[in-house]
Amino acid sequence: MPDELATRTIRVIAKTQHLPPESITIEQSFAELKFDSLDGMNILFAIENEFDISIPDDQAAQIKSVREMVEGIEKLVAAKQAAVQG
Amino acid sequence: MTRRVAVTGIGVIAAPGSTRAAFWESLRNGRSAIRPMTLVPEGALRFPNAAEVPDFRASDYMDDKEADLLDRFAQFALIAAREAVAGSALRITPELKARTAIVTGTSSGGITSEDREFHSLYAEGSTRIHPLSIARTMGNAGASRIAREYGIVGPSYTVSTACASASHAIGQAFWMVRNGVVDAAIAGGSEAPFSLGFLKAWEAMRIVAPDTCRPFSRDRKGLILGEGAAMLVMEPLEHAQARGAKIWGEIAGFGMSSDAFHLTQPLAEGAVRAMRSALEDAAAGPEVIGYINAHGTGTLANDATESQAIREVFGAHAEKLQVSSTKSMHGHALGAAGALEAAATLLAVDDGLIPPTANFTEADPDCALDVVPNTARAASIEWALSNSFAFGGLNAVLVFRRGAR
Repeated sequence: MPDELATRTIRVIAKTQHLPPESITIEQSFAELKFDSLDGMNILFAIENEFDISIPDDQAAQIKSVREMVEGIEKLVAAKQAAVQG
Repeated sequence: MTRRVAVTGIGVIAAPGSTRAAFWESLRNGRSAIRPMTLVPEGALRFPNAAEVPDFRASDYMDDKEADLLDRFAQFALIAAREAVAGSALRITPELKARTAIVTGTSSGGITSEDREFHSLYAEGSTRIHPLSIARTMGNAGASRIAREYGIVGPSYTVSTACASASHAIGQAFWMVRNGVVDAAIAGGSEAPFSLGFLKAWEAMRIVAPDTCRPFSRDRKGLILGEGAAMLVMEPLEHAQARGAKIWGEIAGFGMSSDAFHLTQPLAEGAVRAMRSALEDAAAGPEVIGYINAHGTGTLANDATESQAIREVFGAHAEKLQVSSTKSMHGHALGAAGALEAAATLLAVDDGLIPPTANFTEADPDCALDVVPNTARAASIEWALSNSFAFGGLNAVLVFRRGAR
């Protein structure tokens, strides 16, 4: 499941940046990928739509790599499912 | 022909006050007008606060039929222009009507009307749009309405450079009066950005603070949106003196630049060039400036970059400068921001009192300037600057000078 989530995340990031998904790995930071603040905004927007989650501004500001993005999404998706089941 | 240019009328409608006097009373007391939003449904946005004009009813200012013709942003423009013209006591004679300019700034124009009409089309099953939608939403609606109010038939137009719109507008009008193209001008900006669609777009940019606007504070979290209008009446200084008009101050210089860099990230170099160009236009050295009304949006990027730019332009004199951001009180009114801040700067110089940076908590080493935290300060200021830096990297800076006394 986490792998699937990582793949999906990378696919969404790749699409917003017009890059081939295979050019992005989970180990890379946004700086290494040469993403700037505008790219960051675009990615967050696409991720929120893809996973139907809302990423708070203060949390969003902490996300600086693909891995941090995947981990953040995992938590928010889990919280959403818990809320549905609860 | 080059002439000195006096400001003889100031009209304001904004969150801190719906008249020039009320606006200044709030600012000089450091009262922030940032409050919970009422114009959009509660809970619809990540940020709950804004600087709205409280309890605004167009019918307090114009008949209902007239109000129907104008979007809120154009209503604000007209209301501020009326106060400015009435206060100036300038007689707009038939000759002067052809020798007067109107230049207004707005960023989003009639977005509220547009949002409402498009919603009816897309979501409510309507198949038609109100026939006045085009006239209501056009950016020049305010300028056109002001022209009709006074029968002004000289050069009239609208400038749209996002958050620098009003400063560009005032600067262009100033140059026209200074160079003898016209003998009077009404210039400023107006904005009414509180439509849900537009605010959602701001939310997605993640630069609006969840609490309040704290320019230059270490814990600042972003800007707070505002609305309103301010208009100035300007005329040649000699003419103003000859008719014994109240002179709020002079506009002494105007400078512009473009960053040619990034869509949203500011660049110190661009701000530096705009400030230097404005000082040069005013034939004033940096050491004469006593006060800067900063762009000071309260975002991490702007305030640090602007501080860096100020240090570069002013060098050692930066230590003596007093710098404040009145956006902490009237919010960021986008295309009207430069006009509200021009009004605040003129009123500060006239009153001998610098409005504070409100909501200030703790100093940020990246913004190491005297930012006049929380409490206004008495100061005899002869020369002042007002900075406006727009998304898209377009910058406009105005230089003001105290009226002769």
